[in-house]
Amino acid sequence: MESQATASTATPAQTRAIGAGIAPLLGAGDVVLLVGPLGAGKTTLVQGLVAALGGREPVTSPTFTLAHRYPTSPPVTHVDLWRLGHLQEVVDLALEEELDGGGVVIVEWGEAAEPLYGADALVVRLGWGRTDDERTIAVEARGASWISRAAGLSAVAGAGAGTPGEAAVGEG
Amino acid sequence: MTDRGRVLGIETSCDETAAAVVERGRTVVSSIVSSQVDLHARYGGVVPELAGRAHIELTLPVVTDALAGAGLDRRGRSFTDPDGPIGIDAVAATIGPGLIGALLVGVSTAKALALAWDVPFVGVNHLEGHLYAAMLEAPEAELPVVVLLASGGHTLLVALDAPGSYRVLGATVDDAAGEAFDKVARYLGLGYPGGPEIDRLAVSGDAALIRFPRASTAGVFDFSFSGLKTAVVSYVRAHPEVTNADVAASFQEAVVDVLVARTVAAAEEIGARGACLAGGVAANSLLRARFAESFAARGLVSYLPSHAMCTDNAAMIAAAGYFQLQRSGPTPLDAGAVPDLQLRGSK
Repeated sequence: MESQATASTATPAQTRAIGAGIAPLLGAGDVVLLVGPLGAGKTTLVQGLVAALGGREPVTSPTFTLAHRYPTSPPVTHVDLWRLGHLQEVVDLALEEELDGGGVVIVEWGEAAEPLYGADALVVRLGWGRTDDERTIAVEARGASWISRAAGLSAVAGAGAGTPGEAAVGEG
Repeated sequence: MTDRGRVLGIETSCDETAAAVVERGRTVVSSIVSSQVDLHARYGGVVPELAGRAHIELTLPVVTDALAGAGLDRRGRSFTDPDGPIGIDAVAATIGPGLIGALLVGVSTAKALALAWDVPFVGVNHLEGHLYAAMLEAPEAELPVVVLLASGGHTLLVALDAPGSYRVLGATVDDAAGEAFDKVARYLGLGYPGGPEIDRLAVSGDAALIRFPRASTAGVFDFSFSGLKTAVVSYVRAHPEVTNADVAASFQEAVVDVLVARTVAAAEEIGARGACLAGGVAANSLLRARFAESFAARGLVSYLPSHAMCTDNAAMIAAAGYFQLQRSGPTPLDAGAVPDLQLRGSK
């Protein structure tokens, strides 16, 4: 069972707004996988998401440090798998501890974590649009706990204010 | 602590397993770094599982070598007086920031040695260690100096007012400078680590061909490199015929431009006597040349660390540990590693 919503954004601020729109859907133990090429706006989206959950410090890229934790409610662990190439290395990050402890885990370059978390996760695919500034964002709910929240996804797609994004929510 | 102030430092926070013996925070007696970069090159980046295992395998040999370099056996006693006193006065280790599994290897080793030798343990902030790295090679430097710390994980401007006393003036709000180098390098299909590859390729490119953006930030001493990275991708998508050399040169020009301009402004703001480079990006040849040139033009001294002091090492941890011990005493043995430790200033 899957549900999906899509949007397009014209500025980084609008991509942040999509992140902020995802924030209220999140609860303890949730995984969000961010998938998309370099410069697609993954960290930008997380900036909006963490700020919407009450984060005050700047959200910087965890590419080298691998994981940053923010004392938001719920707490967010922001992970980046760009430098990793093997599933065992993702296992070694011990993200289960954060999830069991009531946290939310947001994973950039999340395709590497799909075998572990892909069956029950919010998968956000970001891509380059037709212009330099445009980005396409597809939000896909996977697994029972996310399907029950699928109605919230249309609001997420509309969160990139003023964008021509089609908000199509339904069983996929 | 005895007058010689001899500190064993251990560093396992990320890519390198390292140990060093430093006297009074100034004199490097021995410094051993077991670089894992060959291992990583095969995987295109740091591999935590391998790195963690490698730290465990390498820590004792590296510590043993560092002690031997100081004339001490693995029990910490002089080769010439094996029944004499312990030849180490304190043990320092990096407690953060870094990977928890990697940090714990060094921290546990340091605590065990401190306990066995009955000397103080000092938990050191890795970033604070970098502040002392260049100073280790320039003990005559007059303070205050501005330190530009630029690496894969961090980009910071710090005012070093006195040994052990510093203020953070600015930091990156998104990507670190070294990360931008590595990401652009991989995007262009170059090798890892990307910094040296771009440095090399840029020599044959036209740095003025593409005017990449120099991002302004809300904090005048902050940095932002995310937009630059995106601008590079955007340009290459629109101009597939452009050469890697021209992109590398123009990109490097933009990064160095911003790093040097912010550091000069910071030095003027605090009335610094000089400026100092630290972190892996300090190995970049254009940055070194521009940095030296810009400060010389203002009559200020610039301190450019050797390659060994740019990258992660344990001598800087031992030096930072010495000054921290003087200032605030030992770290309790029940203190843990702190993966998200930040540099906030010493006061």
